[in-house]
Amino acid sequence: MSAPLIADADHPVPLLDVQSLGVEFQTRSGTVRAIQDVSLSVRRGETVGVVGESGSGKSVLFYSVLGILDAAGRVTGGRAVFGGLDLTAASPSELAELRGREAAMIFQNPRAALNPIRKVGRQIEDVLARHTSTPSAQLRARAIEALAAVRIPDPERRYHAYPFELSGGLCQRVMIALSLACSPSLLIADEPTTGLDVTTQAAVMDLIRELATRRRMATVLITHDLGLAADYCDRIVVMHAGHVVETAPTAQLFAKPRHPYTARLVATTPHGAQSLSALAAIPGNLPDLRRADLPNCRFSERCDRKEAACVSEPLTTTEFEAGHRVACRRPL
Amino acid sequence: MLSLIARRLLAAIPSVLGIVVVTFVLTRALPGDPAAYYAGPAATAEAVEQIRVKLGLDQPLWRQFLDYAGDLARGDLGLSVSTGQPVSEELLRRLPASLEITLLGLLLAGAIALPLGILAATRPNSWIDHACRLVTTLGVSLPIFFTGLLLAYVFYYLLGWAPPPVGRLDSLYSPPPHWTGFYLIDSLIARDGRVFLSAAGQMVLPVITLALFVLAPIARMTRASMLGVLSSDFVRTARASGLTPATVLYRYAFRNAMLPVLTTLGMVFSFLLGSNVVIEKVFAWPGVGSYAVDALIQSDYAPVQGFVLVMALLFVAINLLIDVLYTVIDPRVSIES
Repeated sequence: MSAPLIADADHPVPLLDVQSLGVEFQTRSGTVRAIQDVSLSVRRGETVGVVGESGSGKSVLFYSVLGILDAAGRVTGGRAVFGGLDLTAASPSELAELRGREAAMIFQNPRAALNPIRKVGRQIEDVLARHTSTPSAQLRARAIEALAAVRIPDPERRYHAYPFELSGGLCQRVMIALSLACSPSLLIADEPTTGLDVTTQAAVMDLIRELATRRRMATVLITHDLGLAADYCDRIVVMHAGHVVETAPTAQLFAKPRHPYTARLVATTPHGAQSLSALAAIPGNLPDLRRADLPNCRFSERCDRKEAACVSEPLTTTEFEAGHRVACRRPL
Repeated sequence: MLSLIARRLLAAIPSVLGIVVVTFVLTRALPGDPAAYYAGPAATAEAVEQIRVKLGLDQPLWRQFLDYAGDLARGDLGLSVSTGQPVSEELLRRLPASLEITLLGLLLAGAIALPLGILAATRPNSWIDHACRLVTTLGVSLPIFFTGLLLAYVFYYLLGWAPPPVGRLDSLYSPPPHWTGFYLIDSLIARDGRVFLSAAGQMVLPVITLALFVLAPIARMTRASMLGVLSSDFVRTARASGLTPATVLYRYAFRNAMLPVLTTLGMVFSFLLGSNVVIEKVFAWPGVGSYAVDALIQSDYAPVQGFVLVMALLFVAINLLIDVLYTVIDPRVSIES
């Protein structure tokens, strides 16, 4: 509804501006400091990749932005301003108004992400009825339009399908139709291709890119697949253990990674010319985020460039060139 | 849908046949000699033998079974030796009394347990969650005859709030004209408010007893099922699409969570039918359960066999109903079966 009139990557005010956001989970075995001091921005019309291992907090970050954290999680600090509204201060009903209408999200494993016992067309209607003033007589036509917009063949028939009757790829198309039904200005795609076969992955990603371009919609692509992010994103944000470690335009990130973690990630990402033996694993695991003695740099325990200050001194972020920021004391 | 019902009915035939055989054998295997019982303690051996011949008990077992099966095929459940009445007539007359308290008990249990389970699942560790846990623990740990006696003792004997446990109606009133056999419905048809109130009053304690008994499994299953569904991916999608909490809870979570609850409802209905035997004794309720117990004590074969057969048919009917509801709620079922 409020799609911007022009796609403007140089627009001075970002569409989504996250500043020093922190998120914690209270669990039986202690407090998990899942997100700490995370800042990132998404401008209108651009595609930003958020990359990191499982457990790096990339999904939790956007769940907290949209207000769909589960009950154990809470935002401990910072702001997330979306279209002028601070989401961390917004009421649950304000956030619910905004979700699906201004900012939508799609998930991995699309078949499980759809209600198994409700016709997919009806699920799209539910979203339309919630956020638009479409008269109920026209809801069905609008839902079929939404299915047609994601190029689902024979949308009139598929309207009546249940998720178990559709392939994974079709289910993800339905998810995209559902999330874009109200023309949001921001789409958060959380591992949208995980669980799909390789050819379907490409088709789904191409569809997302095409729709985003046509609707001048900003897209956040959450993925652990740096190769996928390289293909589809303008900028990449690298996360590790709840911290943003590096942010850079895609080409620059691959050409000259500054953070040791990013450098290792790039080295582990297969490219056509590389042989398997050239791929390097990253030593160690993510630190346990419940620990009281977490080092200031959460990568320091896996890092071969670590020095004493990495553990004891606060993490600092340095901006190298325009838009290339690194949270490291001894960048490459 | 019709073909599903037909298939399920066909599939039930072997189990019903099995039940016919098993009840026949079991009643014969029970201790006690009906001929001696009816002849009385002072009877001579010839008198007992005469009665045995009259009852057909001198025949070999397979002969007795064939006679029984032949009668069954004609819809004849035999005569009760103790009352002299046809078993089918008495069962039909008494069945509404049992069903009335059973269904109301199930309704009351569901009306309390479903909201309780949902609230407990949506507010984990709140007071309502703890209340739910307490109720479910009490429900499974109190035997039903104990709850029944306790309620009668407290609310009739001590407090005098409940009417005496003397059956379906206060002795002042005569039963309403027979339409359905359900006194609440029949008295409404007859527009007799006083009989309605008396019948309802008599029902309060047995219905509460039955409801307390099955509250626990329904509430526990509702809570567990809702918890599972609420943390599922599609509920997250619904929330991420900004659907209102009410829509998420009822249209998305509750309908999915109902599937296992439905199975539980079918199961507890069987529990209830079984516990009727005890409850009807406690509250002097003239239902099929007390009829069967009396017959069993007197080695009166035909009513016991008839009772078990009727229960089996009820189970089949309830399971069929559950299956039909399943296909209505869950589109995946009709494909899989």
